[in-house]
Amino acid sequence: MISIKSVSHSYGHAQNIGFKDWEINNGEQWLLLGESGSGKTTLLHVLTGILKPTAGEVNIDGTSLYSLSSRELDQFRGRNIGIIFQRPHLIRSLTITENLVMAQSFARLPADLKRVREVLESLGIAAKKNAYPNELSQGQLQRVSIARAVINKPALLIADEPTSSLDDKNAHAVLDLLMQQSGLNQATLVVATHDKRVKDAFTNTYELR
Amino acid sequence: MSPLKISWKSLWSKPLSSALNIMLIAFGTGILTILLLASTQIGQKLDNNSKDIDLVVGAKGSPLQLILSSIYYIDFPTGNIPLKAAQELAHSPFVKKAVPLAQGDNYQGIRIVGTDSNFVSIYKLKTSAGKFWSADFEVTIGSIVAANQKLKIGDTFFGAHGLTGSSDIHKTHAYKVVGILTPQGNVTDNLILTNIASVWKMHEDHEKEEAAEHHQDGKGHQHEDGTTHQHDKNQRPDQGPQNEEKEITALLIQYRSPMSVVMFPRMVNQSTNLQAASPAMESTRLFSLIGVGVDTLQWFAALIMLIAAISVFVNLYNSLKERNYDLAIMRTLGASRSQLFCIVIFEGILLTLAGTIIGILLGHLVLQLIGNYQESSQARLSGFIFLKDEIYLFAAGLAIGIFAGIIPALQAYRSNISKILSKN
Repeated sequence: MISIKSVSHSYGHAQNIGFKDWEINNGEQWLLLGESGSGKTTLLHVLTGILKPTAGEVNIDGTSLYSLSSRELDQFRGRNIGIIFQRPHLIRSLTITENLVMAQSFARLPADLKRVREVLESLGIAAKKNAYPNELSQGQLQRVSIARAVINKPALLIADEPTSSLDDKNAHAVLDLLMQQSGLNQATLVVATHDKRVKDAFTNTYELR
Repeated sequence: MSPLKISWKSLWSKPLSSALNIMLIAFGTGILTILLLASTQIGQKLDNNSKDIDLVVGAKGSPLQLILSSIYYIDFPTGNIPLKAAQELAHSPFVKKAVPLAQGDNYQGIRIVGTDSNFVSIYKLKTSAGKFWSADFEVTIGSIVAANQKLKIGDTFFGAHGLTGSSDIHKTHAYKVVGILTPQGNVTDNLILTNIASVWKMHEDHEKEEAAEHHQDGKGHQHEDGTTHQHDKNQRPDQGPQNEEKEITALLIQYRSPMSVVMFPRMVNQSTNLQAASPAMESTRLFSLIGVGVDTLQWFAALIMLIAAISVFVNLYNSLKERNYDLAIMRTLGASRSQLFCIVIFEGILLTLAGTIIGILLGHLVLQLIGNYQESSQARLSGFIFLKDEIYLFAAGLAIGIFAGIIPALQAYRSNISKILSKN
């Protein structure tokens, strides 16, 4: 179970952004809806342990994120949280397989090439496993970034604006993949977006105002 | 996928700038390697050649020139000294061993040196084939001479007047090779040794040749060519007593006791018309003269290394700006701050380490090439000698890598990933 309790954050002297409490049960799929500038990215960073909030608590499966040391938090994030960014960003100097193995080793898990192949196959890009990122199309890169997010079977899968730069057809395809992968890896899914097209696919919505 | 491998892969993804950095460092290290090897080897060669010789006595002039000509056989002799005066010094109680040298001829640029058996004992010479010279016009040649001139025992050749050039050839007598020395690793590898009388005879008319025979304490000798010389006794009517007429080029001296160090040179310089020079002192002086040039080159190389370090720094610093996002992504994947620090600093260290290794190898290779093209084989340099001191070059390369990488690495360590990620 994932919960945030009385979280608020302020950047320097700027206005304090408060977030209402949120509880997510394991395996649920949530939509985090909000216009740009509503604090969506801030909440995502707080949720993924990247940004320590000024006040409040974030709890993932019984672990209070910000009571961990910096090193423990890094490792916890690597093992339990998978993040998909708006634009797929892979390490250019490494092949697709190496990018995924790197994600395993940063989470201090042994390199598991069988798992890499399995994930790539489930996303239909196994043929590209030895290619470098600049040899792939944008759509293929997006799939690889999903693969990287789920490679360590995270408890929480977070996608930040995964569809905003895509056309209708591709937006739905990516959304389907996210749903499919979160189901396949038994991960809780949170999709943050201001894209109204994806609204219908979710029953649970957390709206920022 | 360790941080080291990520650094390695990252360097390979930008081969041009990596190669530039490696080249800069290799160049600096290469120059330092050459300087280190060359100065060590020259120093060793100097010591090796003058090992057992405490003093050289010769005609007045530059002491350095006397040493260069009589120990290293590179410069021209300062002049000749009377044999009589030399013999008096040789019999001094301060002297354990005295070796007379008579130079003046060459064969294909190789010096023909007239001397006696003391030369053999002072340089501890051995023959690999044949025997040492005994009769007139018999020569024993150094190992390199034998190899380069393709001379073997029984071969004959004509010497030419002077220390270089072959325009003025002494056609009257031919030298005959009777022995070849084992390689000694010093100047004797490049010399043609004969007795003093042969050198005299080459230059004198026949009447003096006969005088030399008498001077040899009745040992006598036989010419291979017997009677082919022209006997023209009336050519020099003003000839004085035989011994005073005879001259040699220099006298190498080994002291009997440490006491001689103080007494003997002063005695020679004050009470005779001759000059005494110490090989050790003159070598040191020569080396301090060369040292100025070596120092300048060393500073030059250090400057190149500094530029290389700055170049590596700029390279890492700039690429860090581009890679900020990469590194932030790695953090979201679970990489710790210290892992990012390692990734960045390993890049610096890998670059400089590769540069250092290539530089050291390059330095050896270039020195070997220089050695191959060197004209004077007396001071030939070799690139296949590795020194313990090269470990310091290695350490310096490592230090430069750490120095160049530490600031970018610290930046990577401190970076605020939330800020970087929210910008894109």
